Amino acid sequence: MPTDVNSGLATLSDQLILATVLLYVLAMIGYALDLGFGRARAAAPARELVAAGEGLPAAPEPAEDGPPPPAWAARAAMFAIVVSFLGWAANLGAIITRGVAVGRWPWGNMYEFVVAICFAAMTAFLVMQARQPVRFLGAFVSVAAALGLGFAVRYLHVQAGPVVPALNSYWIAIHVTAAIFASGLFIVAGTSGILFLARKDGPSRLPGRDDLERLAHRAIVIAFPIWTFAVIAGALWADKAWGRYWGWDPKEVWAFITWIAYAAYLHARATAGWRGRAAMIVQLVAFGCLLFNLVGVNIFMSGLHSYAEVP
Amino acid sequence: MTSTEEVRADPVRPTGFGPLGWLRWAWRLLTSMRTALILLFLFAVASVPGSIYPQRSISPERVAQYFKDTPGLAGWLDRLWLFDVYTSPWFAATYLLLFISLAGCVVPRAAAHLREMRRKPPAAPRNLSRLPHHASFQAPGATVETLAAALRKKRFRTVTGPGWVAAEKGYLRETGNLLFHFALLALLVAVGAGGLYGYRGNVLLVEGNGFANTVAAYDRYIPGQKVSPESLEPFSFTLEDFQATYVATGERRGQPLDFSARLKVTDRPGARERPYDLRVNEPLDVGGTQTYLIGHGYAPTFTVLDGKGQVAFEGPVPCLAADQMTYTSECVVKVPDAEPEQLGFLVRFLPTTVPAQDGSYVSVFPGAANPTAQVFAFSGDLGLKSGQPQSVYQLDTKSLKPLVMGADAKPLSVGATLPLPGGAGSIRLTGVREWISLQIAYDPGRVPALLAAGLAVLGLVLSLTVRRRRLWVRVAQEGDAVEVGGLTRTEGGPAFTDEFSQIVTALRGPEAGESASRQGVKDAH
Ligand code: HEM
Repeated sequence: MPTDVNSGLATLSDQLILATVLLYVLAMIGYALDLGFGRARAAAPARELVAAGEGLPAAPEPAEDGPPPPAWAARAAMFAIVVSFLGWAANLGAIITRGVAVGRWPWGNMYEFVVAICFAAMTAFLVMQARQPVRFLGAFVSVAAALGLGFAVRYLHVQAGPVVPALNSYWIAIHVTAAIFASGLFIVAGTSGILFLARKDGPSRLPGRDDLERLAHRAIVIAFPIWTFAVIAGALWADKAWGRYWGWDPKEVWAFITWIAYAAYLHARATAGWRGRAAMIVQLVAFGCLLFNLVGVNIFMSGLHSYAEVP
Repeated sequence: MTSTEEVRADPVRPTGFGPLGWLRWAWRLLTSMRTALILLFLFAVASVPGSIYPQRSISPERVAQYFKDTPGLAGWLDRLWLFDVYTSPWFAATYLLLFISLAGCVVPRAAAHLREMRRKPPAAPRNLSRLPHHASFQAPGATVETLAAALRKKRFRTVTGPGWVAAEKGYLRETGNLLFHFALLALLVAVGAGGLYGYRGNVLLVEGNGFANTVAAYDRYIPGQKVSPESLEPFSFTLEDFQATYVATGERRGQPLDFSARLKVTDRPGARERPYDLRVNEPLDVGGTQTYLIGHGYAPTFTVLDGKGQVAFEGPVPCLAADQMTYTSECVVKVPDAEPEQLGFLVRFLPTTVPAQDGSYVSVFPGAANPTAQVFAFSGDLGLKSGQPQSVYQLDTKSLKPLVMGADAKPLSVGATLPLPGGAGSIRLTGVREWISLQIAYDPGRVPALLAAGLAVLGLVLSLTVRRRRLWVRVAQEGDAVEVGGLTRTEGGPAFTDEFSQIVTALRGPEAGESASRQGVKDAH
C-alpha cells in the first residue's frame, strides 16, 4: 500500500488542471466565434428534406442568403479544435500525474471524480465530432467542462493522498470508471437537451431540433447500459465492502432514481412515441437527478459514500 | 413494459359490463404500458424520502436523535413510515403493483414474440420504390434463389415467391427486450427471497475473544421471516489480533490506511482451525455466510479493587470513538460487585496522549502510541437492579457520589493505579486491547440477483442496439432488372442507410458493373 505521495507530480497535476481550464475557455471562445460567424445553418424545416439517413445530423448546409462568412471564422473553428485537443491532453495529463503521484486509481474523492467526469465529457464530444458534424456542441461542452473543473478546483480540491481502506480495492477501477464514462456521455446529452429547449423554431445558427434530439438520444443509448453496469458494479462492491448489495444508501437511492428517469426517457420515446419537448424534458429531469446525485448527495446527505471527501 | 412499435391502446372503459368486465378493464389498465411507466416513476419517487429522513434499518441512532429534537414531527413522520420507507406498506404496494403490471405486460408479449418468430416475413409490397430505402440495378443471371441465398448469408430470414424474396432480421431486439424485463422480474424475486430466507446480525469482538454463529451470540440479530435459528451456519472463530495502520505524517496524518483482523476460523464443529486475514473488502465466507469487518475501537483493560481490597472487576472495556481523527474514545466501567458500595467509572481513553497548552491532555493520533485513560470515579447505587435496560456505554451519574473528577489530572498510563479517596478501592489500567465490530450476513438471493442483473444488462444492450429490418427483392420476370426495398421499424443504433447499401452491393454480386444502377435513399423522418 503506497502511503507516500510524490508531491512534485501532485503539484504538476494541479498546474495541469489550471492549464486545462484555460485551454477549455479558449476553445469555448473559438467554438463560439465559429458558431456565431461561421457558416450559418439553414432553417430547420428546409433541412428536414435533405437530412440523409437516420441518426446523423446532416452536414451543415450553407445558408442560402446572407454574406459569406469572414475568413477568420474558419480559422476560429480550426483553432478551437486544436485548443480543445490540447486541453483534453492536459486534462488527461493531470489525471495520470495525480494517479502516479498517489500510486492508485485517481478517482477516490470528489475532486478527482469531477475532474475525470469533465475529461469524459470532453472525450465524448471530441470522439463524436470526429465522426459527425456536431461542432456546434463544442462551445457548450467546453464551457460545461471548464465550469466543472473550476468548481472542482475552487470548492472540492483536496491534497493528493492515499484513500481510506474501503476504497482500496480494484472495484474502484470498475465501478467508478463506468460511472465517469456514463456521466460524461449524459453531460453531452444534457447539453443538447438544453440547446433543444433554448432553440427557437425557424432559422438559427444552431442545428435543427431533430438533430439535437437525435444526438441526445444516441448519447443516452450508449450511456444508459454503462450506467446500469456502474450501478451493478457498485452493488457487487457493496456486497464485498458493506455486507449487502443493496441497502438504500442515499447514493444508491439516487443512482436508482437516475436510472429510472433515463429508462423512462427511453421508454417514452420508444413506446409512447414521445418526441420533441416532452421527451427532452424527461431527459433533463434525469440529468438533474444525475447532477443531484453527484453534488447534492455528496454534500448534503450523509451515507456510506461520504468518504467522497468534500472539503 | 415493452418498447416496440405496437403501442397498446388505452383500455376503453366498459359501459354496461358486469363485474367481470370491470375486472378485465382494471387488469388491462394495470398492465398497460402507460401504467407501468407511471408505476416506475412512482417507485422512484417513493424511494426519495428514504434518502432524506434517517432510516431505522441504517442509522437507528439518527432516528432516535430526530425523535429527541422534534418529537411532534417525528411522531407524525413515523406514522407515515418515513423512518422505515423501504419496508413500509406503501412502498411495498408500489413495487407489488409494478411487479404485477410488469408480469401482465411481459408474459403476453413473450407469447406474441414466440408466434412472431415462427411467422414468415410478409410478402413484398406492390411498389418497392415507395419504401424508405430503395435501389434498383441490373444483375445478369440473378434469380430468386441466388438473391435469397445472398441474403441468408447476411443472416436474414427469407421467404421466396414468384419473382420476389422477402427477408427479415433483428428478432434479437424484441428477444433482448423481453429478456431485460424478465430479468427485472427475476431480480425482484431474488431480492425478496433473500430478505425472507436470509439474516443479518452484528457483534463486537475484543482481541482474544471468540464468536460462534448462534442467535444468542449476536448483539443485534435481524432474521428474515423464514429463517429458523437452527439453520445458522455453525462456524466459529476467535480474534487473535487486530491491526490498524494510519498515515503518520503530513496533512492527512491520522487517516486510516489499512485494517486487518487475524482470525482463527473453525468452519464447522470439529473441523480444523484455519487462519483468516479479515479486511475491508475481503469478507470471510463460510458456506455462503459472509462476515464483514465494519468497525473497530479500543478496549482498555482494567482491574478494580473495592473497599475491601478484593478484585471486583477485571477485563477489557470497549470504548466508542468520539473523534475519528484522534480516536479519543469514551467508555464506562460498571462494578456492581464492589463492596461496600458499587463503583462506576467514566473513562476517556487517549491513544496517543500529549499535554495541551492549557494543562489538559489530548490525543493527537488514532494509533496507540502513548495510550492513557482519564478516569472519573463514582460510588453509589448503579441502578442495575431497577430492571430498566441500560446501555453499557452510558452511566447515569445523577444519583451517584463523585469520587474522582478533574479533567486536567494526569491520566493513567498502562500499569498505573489510581487510588480512590476514602478507602473506596482503586482502579488500575492493566493494558490496551482492540475490538472489532462485525456484520454477519446470509443472503441466499445474492447470486441469483447478480445473474438476473447480468441478464438484464445483456437484454438491455440487445434491445438498444439491434434493429429490426425488412427487405424485399424483386426480379423482373424476363429481364435482369432487380429492385430492392428496405424498411427498418425502430430507430437508434447506427444508420440503416450504410447497411442497406452494403446489402445492395452484396446482392449485385462481385461482377456487377456500375452501369445502369440507380440508388436512392429517402428518409422517413
Ligand atoms: C449498490 C451499491 C452502489 C451504488 C448504487 C453506487 C452508485 C454510485 C454512483 C451512481 C456513483 C456515481 C457518481 C455520482 O454521481 O456521484 C458512484 C460513485 C462512487 N462510488 Fe459508488 N455505488 C455503490 C457502491 C459503492 C461502494 C461499495 C463503494 C466503495 C466502497 C463505492 C465508491 C464510490 C466512489 C469512490 C465513487 C466516486 C465518486 C464519489 O466519490 O462520489 N460505491 N457510486
